[in-house]
Amino acid sequence: MTSSERATRKAELARRLREIVAPEYVIDDAETQRPYECDGLSIYRELPMLVVLPATVVEVQAVMRLCHRESVPVIARGAGTGLSAGATPSPAAVVLSLARLDRIIGIDPLARTARVQPGVRNLAISEAAAEHGLFYGPDPSSQIACSIGGNVAENSGGVHCLKYGLTVHNVLRAELVDVTGERLVAGSEGLDAAGFDLMALVTGSEGMLGVVTEITVRLLPTPEAAQVVLAAFDSVSTAGDAVGAVIAAGIVPAGLEMMDGPAIRAAEAFANAGYPTDASALLLCEIDGTAEEVAEHCARVERLFAELGAVSTRTSRDEAERALFWKGRKSAFPAVGRISPDYYCMDGTIPRGKLAHVLTEIDRMAGEYELGVANVFHAGDGNLHPLILFDANLPGNLEKAEEFGGRILELCVAVGGCITGEHGVGIEKLRQMPAQFTDSEVEQMHAVKRAFDPSGSLNPGKGIPTLRQCQEYRALSRPSAA
Amino acid sequence: MADISSQIIDRIEAARRDAEPLSIVAGASKRFVGRASEGSPLDVAAHSGIVSYEPGELVLTARGGTPLLDIEAALDEYGQMLPFEPPRFGGSATIGGTLACNASGPARPWSGAVRDAVLGVELITGRGEQLNYGGRVMKNVAGFDVSRLQAGALGAFGVISRISLKVLPRPQRTLTLVQELDAARAIVHMNELAGLAKPLSGAAWCDGRVYLRLSGAETAVEAAARQWGGSRLDAAASFWRDLADQRLPFFRSAAPLWRFSVKPSSTLPAIGGEWLIDWGGAQRWIHGDFDRSELERFAESAGGHASLYRGGNREGEVNHELPEALKALHLRLKNAFDPDRILNPGRLYSWM
Repeated sequence: MTSSERATRKAELARRLREIVAPEYVIDDAETQRPYECDGLSIYRELPMLVVLPATVVEVQAVMRLCHRESVPVIARGAGTGLSAGATPSPAAVVLSLARLDRIIGIDPLARTARVQPGVRNLAISEAAAEHGLFYGPDPSSQIACSIGGNVAENSGGVHCLKYGLTVHNVLRAELVDVTGERLVAGSEGLDAAGFDLMALVTGSEGMLGVVTEITVRLLPTPEAAQVVLAAFDSVSTAGDAVGAVIAAGIVPAGLEMMDGPAIRAAEAFANAGYPTDASALLLCEIDGTAEEVAEHCARVERLFAELGAVSTRTSRDEAERALFWKGRKSAFPAVGRISPDYYCMDGTIPRGKLAHVLTEIDRMAGEYELGVANVFHAGDGNLHPLILFDANLPGNLEKAEEFGGRILELCVAVGGCITGEHGVGIEKLRQMPAQFTDSEVEQMHAVKRAFDPSGSLNPGKGIPTLRQCQEYRALSRPSAA
Repeated sequence: MADISSQIIDRIEAARRDAEPLSIVAGASKRFVGRASEGSPLDVAAHSGIVSYEPGELVLTARGGTPLLDIEAALDEYGQMLPFEPPRFGGSATIGGTLACNASGPARPWSGAVRDAVLGVELITGRGEQLNYGGRVMKNVAGFDVSRLQAGALGAFGVISRISLKVLPRPQRTLTLVQELDAARAIVHMNELAGLAKPLSGAAWCDGRVYLRLSGAETAVEAAARQWGGSRLDAAASFWRDLADQRLPFFRSAAPLWRFSVKPSSTLPAIGGEWLIDWGGAQRWIHGDFDRSELERFAESAGGHASLYRGGNREGEVNHELPEALKALHLRLKNAFDPDRILNPGRLYSWM
C-alpha cells in the first residue's frame, strides 16, 4: 500500500467510526494519539492508525464489526499500566480504548459480587464494596490506576494473592465481544459454567481472544484485623529459609514479601518506612483474619523469624504503622527509579527453594553486564521482580539490560519456574517464550487463538511467538548452550 | 506406578488412523458423569504415581491416573491437604478424572475448585502430542491457560497425563455447627454468614438443618462458634465426606439426580421435591423426573446452569444447552485439540 492509499484508508475508516461513536472519540492525529503509543513498558512505542473510545457495548460491537469487515487489527486497551507492551499499538491497527466503559453496574452484598464495566479501576471496586464490609482480592501495585478489564486480560496478581488468589480465582463471569462483533458470555453467577471453562481461558489471554465488556467479580469479607511482621536478615538465603518455615508451620499469610539490600535502601530513602537500611534482606509478612487469629499467628511468625536468624523483628502496632510498612514495599519501583536513570523490571517465577541460587546467579550476571540490580520478591508465591538499573542515554546500555533480563528469565525456567508470573508476555517476552514452550506447544496455542479469532485480528503479534521467531531463538541460543 | 505415556500416544495414533473413538477411563468412579460413553476404553489407570511433592513449596505433581487416596495419604504425612476436598466416589477416583470433571467438595466456595488449585498440566491431545502448560509455580501467565481449560472438559481435549497442584496446610481446628432452619431462610443465612470475616469453610442445608463448618486457628474457630450458636455435630468429618461423596441418605433415591450451579443467594425455584443445598447456596441437588428445558430456565433465571448429574436418560443431552455462538466456539476449540474427534466424543454434548 502506498502512503497515499494508507491515508485514504485511514480517513475513510475514521469517517465510518465517527458514524458509530461521538466524533471527538475517534482520534486520528499523532499529537492526541501520543498517550496511547505505549503502555507502562515505554521502551516499546508505536502510533496506531486510529484510536477509538466507544461509550457503550453496542458501540464496541459496531466498531468490531466494522474493523472485521475491513480487516483492520484491533488492540484493546485498558488503563495502559501493563508492563509487557501488551497494549502497544501497531501502525495498521485501531486501538480500542475501554476507558469510557467505567461504570460499576451493581454490587450484590448478599451474593458478594460486583458487576462492573471493564474501565472501572481495580481500587474503585474495593472502595465501592467497603460499605458492605467487602473487598476485591487481587491488588496489583498499580491498583489505583489499572482497570479491571486489563486485570482480566493479564490475570493480574498483587501482594495478597498468596491467600486471595489471582484474577482468575476472583472473576465469575465475563461478557465478551468477539472478533466479528458478536456477544459471548463466559462463566456464570454460580461457581462454574456449562461446557468448557472459557472464563479461565479468557483470563490472562492478553486481548487476543475477545474484548471483555463486562465482568462479575467475587467480593470477599474484609478481615476484622491485619498486622504486618517486619523482619530483617543478614542474608537473602536465611530470609528465604524463613519464608519456607512459615509455610511449613501451616500459616497462610495474606502477603509475604521480600526485598534485598539495594531495594530496602531505595525504598527507605523514598518512603521513610522505618526499614533497617543495613539489612541484606527484609521480610514483610502480613497476617489477617479475626482479631484472635491475627494475634496468635503474628506471635508465632515473629518467634519463627527470630529462631531462624532474624537480626530484628517488629510487628505493626496500629493501622498507621501497617500502612507505613507497606508504603515502602509498594513504592519500591518508583523508589528505585530515583536511584537510577532507568530501570527494567523483570517478572519471573521460581520455586521458593531456589531463591538463594537464583539471587546468587543474578548477582554474578550483574557483574558480568556491569549493571546494578535491586530485587523485590513476592516470596510467598515465588514471583521475583529483579529491577535492572541502567541508563538509556548510554549507547548500548538498554540492549545490555534487555539481554541481562532475558537471561534472568531463562534462569527462572531452568530452575523449574516460568518467564512471567503476572505481567504477561506482550511483545516484551515473546523472545523468551521458546525457553518455556516447545514448537508443538506454541502451535497448539495458535490453534486456540484461531478458534476465537480465525483472521488473527485481535492484538496480533503479541503473547504467542510465531514458529519463525521460535526457530530464530533456538538457533541463537544453541551456541551458548553448547 | 509407571509412566505409560508412550503407550497412550501409540493408542491415540492408532485410533486416529482407524477412526476409532476412545473413551478415557482410569478409576472408573465417575462413569455416570456426562453422556453415555461412546468408543473403546482407553485405560490410563496404570499411568499413575506421585512425581514430586515439595511440602515447603505447597506443590505436588502426580500422573493423571494417581488415586486421590494415594495423594491424600502423602499430603497427610506433612499435615497438608487438597484444598478442593474432592469426592472420592468409592475410593477409586483419580486426580486426572477429578480435574476432567472439575469435581470439588463442600470447601469449594472458600478454598476453590480443583480448577483453581491447578498450576500446570501435561496433556496428550487427540493428535497424540504430549504438551505442557503452566508449571509448578504459583503464578504463571505465559501463554493461554490451557491447564485450567481441562477442568470440566470431560477429556474432550486429551488425556490429562500429569497435573501440578497447589496444596494447603490442614487447618489447626475444625468444628461443625448445626442449626434448625427451613431452606429459604437457610439460603439467606448461609450467604449472610459468608459475608462475615469468619473462618467458614463449609455451609450446607439438608432436611431442615443448616450445617456450618468452621476451620482455622483454634481461637478464631471457637470465637465464631460461640457467637453463631447451634449444636456441635459429632463425627462431623464423616458428614462432610459423605456429602462430597454423595453418600448421605438424601442421595439414596434411585430417581434421576439434577445439579443446579447457581448464584448462591438465588431463591429456590418452585418445583416439587426435596433439595440438598451445598456450597453456601451455589450448588443444589434435587431428584426427580423433570423436563430438562424447564429446569434450565429456572437455573438461568438464578444466574447459572442445570445438568442431569446421575441417572435418567444419558443418551440425550445431560448438560445445559449452550447458545449457538458458544456451541460453534466449543466445536472450534475441540477441533483445535482433537480434529478427528476420537477422544470422549459426545461425552459432554451429543454434538461434540
